Amino acid sequence: MIQLVFLLFAAVAAGAAINVLIQKHVLYSALSLILMLTAMSILFIFLRAEFLAMIQIIVYAGAIMVLFVFVIMLLNLPADEDGVDQLRWLKFIGIPLGLFFLFFVLATLWNVEAPPASGTALNGSPRAIGESLFTDYLLPFEVTSLLILIALVGAVVFAKKDL
Amino acid sequence: MIPINWYLILSAVLFLIGVLGFFTKRNVIALLLSLEIMLNAVNLTFVAFSTQHRQISGQVFVFFVLVVAASEAAVGLALVIAMFRNRESLNVDRSNLLKW
Amino acid sequence: MIEYLTSYDFIVLMIKIIIIFGGVMGALAYLTWIERKLMARVQMRPGPTRVGPFGLLQPLADGLKFLFKEDVIPTNANTFLYIAAPIVSLVPALMSFSIIPFGPSLQVTDLNVGLLFIFAITSLGVYGIVLGGWASNSKYPLMGAIRSSAQMISYELSLTLSVVGVLMIANTLSLAQLVASQQDTWFGFLPRWNIFLQPVAFIIYVCSAVAETNRLPFDLAESEQELVAGWHTEYSSLKFAMFMLAEYANMVTVSALATVMFLGGWSGPLFGPFWLRAGLPTLWFVLKISIFIFFYVLLRSTIPRFRYDQLMKFGWKVLLPLSLANILVTSFIVAIS
Repeated sequence: MIQLVFLLFAAVAAGAAINVLIQKHVLYSALSLILMLTAMSILFIFLRAEFLAMIQIIVYAGAIMVLFVFVIMLLNLPADEDGVDQLRWLKFIGIPLGLFFLFFVLATLWNVEAPPASGTALNGSPRAIGESLFTDYLLPFEVTSLLILIALVGAVVFAKKDL
Repeated sequence: MIPINWYLILSAVLFLIGVLGFFTKRNVIALLLSLEIMLNAVNLTFVAFSTQHRQISGQVFVFFVLVVAASEAAVGLALVIAMFRNRESLNVDRSNLLKW
Repeated sequence: MIEYLTSYDFIVLMIKIIIIFGGVMGALAYLTWIERKLMARVQMRPGPTRVGPFGLLQPLADGLKFLFKEDVIPTNANTFLYIAAPIVSLVPALMSFSIIPFGPSLQVTDLNVGLLFIFAITSLGVYGIVLGGWASNSKYPLMGAIRSSAQMISYELSLTLSVVGVLMIANTLSLAQLVASQQDTWFGFLPRWNIFLQPVAFIIYVCSAVAETNRLPFDLAESEQELVAGWHTEYSSLKFAMFMLAEYANMVTVSALATVMFLGGWSGPLFGPFWLRAGLPTLWFVLKISIFIFFYVLLRSTIPRFRYDQLMKFGWKVLLPLSLANILVTSFIVAIS
């Protein structure tokens, strides 16, 4: 039963990802990506990573994609401005090659067996992640805060009209 | 229970869709969106392995990947705005001044 | 699967869902009546009096009117997004009622990341406004939508950061445990509510909540004098009713969160026979929520509107540093005690 639910959400995620590529107007691609992010968040809940699931919706679907949608609406582009497809014949080589590669990847992953690990099941609660983040991974935590500061300053500088 | 290879297969498929989008699309914002698909596929792999090996490090790493993706999206979009202001088009083939 | 559907737990769950959602939808309809009556009394006029005694059937009349109005879709509007926007606005607004504890056992479910769930759901509600404004393909909705979404994402920051102090004190993200941690009293009579421990956070939370739900004085997005009706200008009949319901549901959600986190949720003195004791916690909860609703409506009828740049300055330069300072001071005090 739970496998059917997993297949449903996996199909939604994969379908939304394919829809990102198919759509002509980039706003519809961004909205499909939001759907894919929500489906991925539910898959995280399946994997008992509930803190990450909520953080994914708050940060990714609720902030980063709002930024994307904002910029798309601000620039207000017409639907398709690409013009003539220059490398038209490359599709006939590319798609079979891609499917061949996909077949290889799937054949490798099809029979991966999980050895049942010892110990208690993982607890994806905020407490567990917080303990790990602030003791083992304190240095990357501080460095990423510096990274965000640099990205903030950089984004403001790039988007200004007159420096 | 859901076997771990289902998650890995889904993650591989999503990653390949992201790569396909990155190679095919010509709109800069669509390139950034395909990048986000790839990052999400990698996040799913990390969390799946974290659950399998019963260690929390995978989820902590996803946290960092999320932060880096956020800052990269912000700077990328600022660049997109600057690019649009200079060229009036978001077609990535038009930004070819450094091409040989 | 079938034995789960007929088991005792499932039937109790269904009854809880029916009680909570039925009560909430009825309360949302009568919230319009409360707002109109209270605003009217502040402005020294009677308000709706014709439909039923004291105008009590006015929400019913409004609902029927919305149902029978013509459903207009503008010609150049983006039809899929135009129809999807009210749904995207309403569904997250109603989803957050599934984890709010209305009583000791009147809660549909309790997540151990409950508070994060509500913040995640409210940040998805921004898309309803953005898509509604974009899909209408006209200038007033677009301007209203862009202003409103910029305002909502700016005030989301101070909203989430202002409750971190409460989380440090209570040591949990689950709403039922937040209420349970505020149960006993100090000195025998003063209840152990977080508002006495975190007054600054309470004020920041209330300001951010008013901004987050697009109410006056922060309702630049739907300011009637400037933008006709903001992002829902082009909407009519049931879609407009869905936007209105979503706005009132958001109001009730942030009020319920404020009582759960700062005013002790459903805790209150219990007295009387056993049937009174069973219903009294929910009554206390509803009373505390209605304090906030009254505050919202009185705020709407008295204070003038912020200008857009004043609004953004207030959010980024005043509320955000204040909430960060609150986190700093609270963590210091929690660490040394």
